[in-house]
Amino acid sequence: MFNLERWQEIFDTISKNKLRTFLTSLSVASGIFILVILLGVSSGIANGVREQFSNDATNRIQITTRTTTKEYKGLNPGRRLQMTNADYESLNNKYEDQIEYKTSLYSNWGGQVNYKDKQGRYRIEGVYADQQFIENATLAYGRFIAESDIAESRKVAIIGYQMKEDLFPDTDPIGEIILVNNNINFTVVGVYTDPGGTREESRLFIPVTTAQKVFNQGQNINRIAYTVNMGKDFDETAILGAQMAASIEQDLRTRFVVAPDDRVAIRVSDSLEQAKPYFDLIDTIKAVFWFIGLGTIIAGVVGVGNIMLIVVKERTKEIGIRKALGALPSEIIMMIIQESIFITSTAGLIGLFLGVGLLEIAAPYIQNDFINNPTVDFTTSITTVIILVIAGAIAGFIPARRAANIKPIEALRDE
Amino acid sequence: MIEITDLHKSYKTGNTSLHVLKGIDFSVKEGELVSIMGSSGSGKSTFLNILGMLDEADSGSYNLDNTPIKNLNEKIAAQYRNKFLGFIFQSFNLISYKNALDNVALPLYYQKVSRKERDEKAMHYLEKVGLADWADHLPNQLSGGQKQRVAIARALASDPKVLLADEPTGALDTKTSCEVMELIQGINEEGRTILVVTHEPDIAQMTKRIVNLKDGRIIDDTLVNQIKASAYV
Repeated sequence: MFNLERWQEIFDTISKNKLRTFLTSLSVASGIFILVILLGVSSGIANGVREQFSNDATNRIQITTRTTTKEYKGLNPGRRLQMTNADYESLNNKYEDQIEYKTSLYSNWGGQVNYKDKQGRYRIEGVYADQQFIENATLAYGRFIAESDIAESRKVAIIGYQMKEDLFPDTDPIGEIILVNNNINFTVVGVYTDPGGTREESRLFIPVTTAQKVFNQGQNINRIAYTVNMGKDFDETAILGAQMAASIEQDLRTRFVVAPDDRVAIRVSDSLEQAKPYFDLIDTIKAVFWFIGLGTIIAGVVGVGNIMLIVVKERTKEIGIRKALGALPSEIIMMIIQESIFITSTAGLIGLFLGVGLLEIAAPYIQNDFINNPTVDFTTSITTVIILVIAGAIAGFIPARRAANIKPIEALRDE
Repeated sequence: MIEITDLHKSYKTGNTSLHVLKGIDFSVKEGELVSIMGSSGSGKSTFLNILGMLDEADSGSYNLDNTPIKNLNEKIAAQYRNKFLGFIFQSFNLISYKNALDNVALPLYYQKVSRKERDEKAMHYLEKVGLADWADHLPNQLSGGQKQRVAIARALASDPKVLLADEPTGALDTKTSCEVMELIQGINEEGRTILVVTHEPDIAQMTKRIVNLKDGRIIDDTLVNQIKASAYV
């Protein structure tokens, strides 16, 4: 393989047949080129979908209760179901082992917020500290809600980046006092950003205990959100999440005496379940693209094999001469296989670089909701290179065997 | 150098078997220049192929430089050919995309001789056949006589025990034929054993011994007074 002399021989023969070598290379190069583009696009789609679902933690379970719509066990429909701190605590205790982050929420959907002469309407959410991770929020300035804020029901607020833009265009909001619903003062202690964008950044978070107090809610909460501990892989996490969601739903139906088929009254949504079909789709797309790509490469490799057969046929006499001069069969075999590997690998690498290059150049222009950062990673590149070398060896093997079986006397008679 | 006893060879084509060599006893001593003559179908090509280990006999024994040549597989045959034999063909059989020097060096490549040494040796033999100035010419830039001289240099390059020439002048005109034969005679003078297959009597007269084949048997084996090719030129 690293025999310099043999490489010399191979370069000699290749340079004698430039056009043929070029055409052969073209089929392999385009095969790899197409594979790389397909893999790039599929990884772009995967990234795009992942981005779509990264607004919130993907392993999130959210629990809301509304009003019953069905009569059940003598209870009339239209009953309002109100969760309280006690419900939250009992769920926490029951599912302690499976829960990663947890919060109960009391939300006020349209709160009036004033700062000096500026004002706006924003969603006010009373939350626990874990909300930051459940929402995938990142702190831009200051801090998030602390345990002591909750314990002491402090009037502190963490505002979304959009609110900061609206109310504090030029000033540092940390430490400033904002007026909520025209009667309560809150101190801004932090600003967060959220991958969900403007809509999700138009909220302010306050301690849930404070929210219950200022809105006169006592122990009432209107939502609970959890994230599930990640399992070994996506599928396992999805299964755990689904089981936990179903179990929680069952608990609440028993607790509030709700008909099993009343889908409106209690909703336990599992974001993993929502995301699963999309991730399944990505896997399918990836498999299909690999399939198409490999098919293209096989076509290219068969091309190389064909050409090598022609090469052997054309060089029958030369191979006969070589054998008459003392070439061993193994040397003839290696000569043909090495030439084949050389052509496939070189052409393949050119295809690989062109493909990666095109993806690099074109990536910014095909950025949209479903495709994001379409690139081919290093592992994939190495895999394709290995595939190429193997493919080259396979493509060369049959022609090489044929070459080795050439009888010198017959070859020398061949004019 | 060559000891052959009771050599038989037949070719099967379908149900019929063609008995080509019907018991040949033949020996060559070191330094001989022997021509093998015969009309087409006499079996002389088959005989040469067996001598050249390009084909194997059905029965009989063949010793070359005290080495029994039998049970050849491809690999051993290739090694023996490389070690013992130099071939000169009627149609030269140079590799078209290699220049004269590389063609001459090729047997040495298969002996795993380093490139530098290979090129030196090849150049030496090209000088010997008077083509040193043509070392970097491709075969199609050479005349027929020059090609055959390159082929002779190549046959000599591996320093073989025996040179086998199959109709070496068959594709050449009279004058060039004489030049090639002169070269062959010169090499023989240096002590190398050479076998020439030919159907031209005047070429045969330039060797030291003529063996006549007919219908797969040697019918005549005589020493002759060698005519120097230089006398013709």
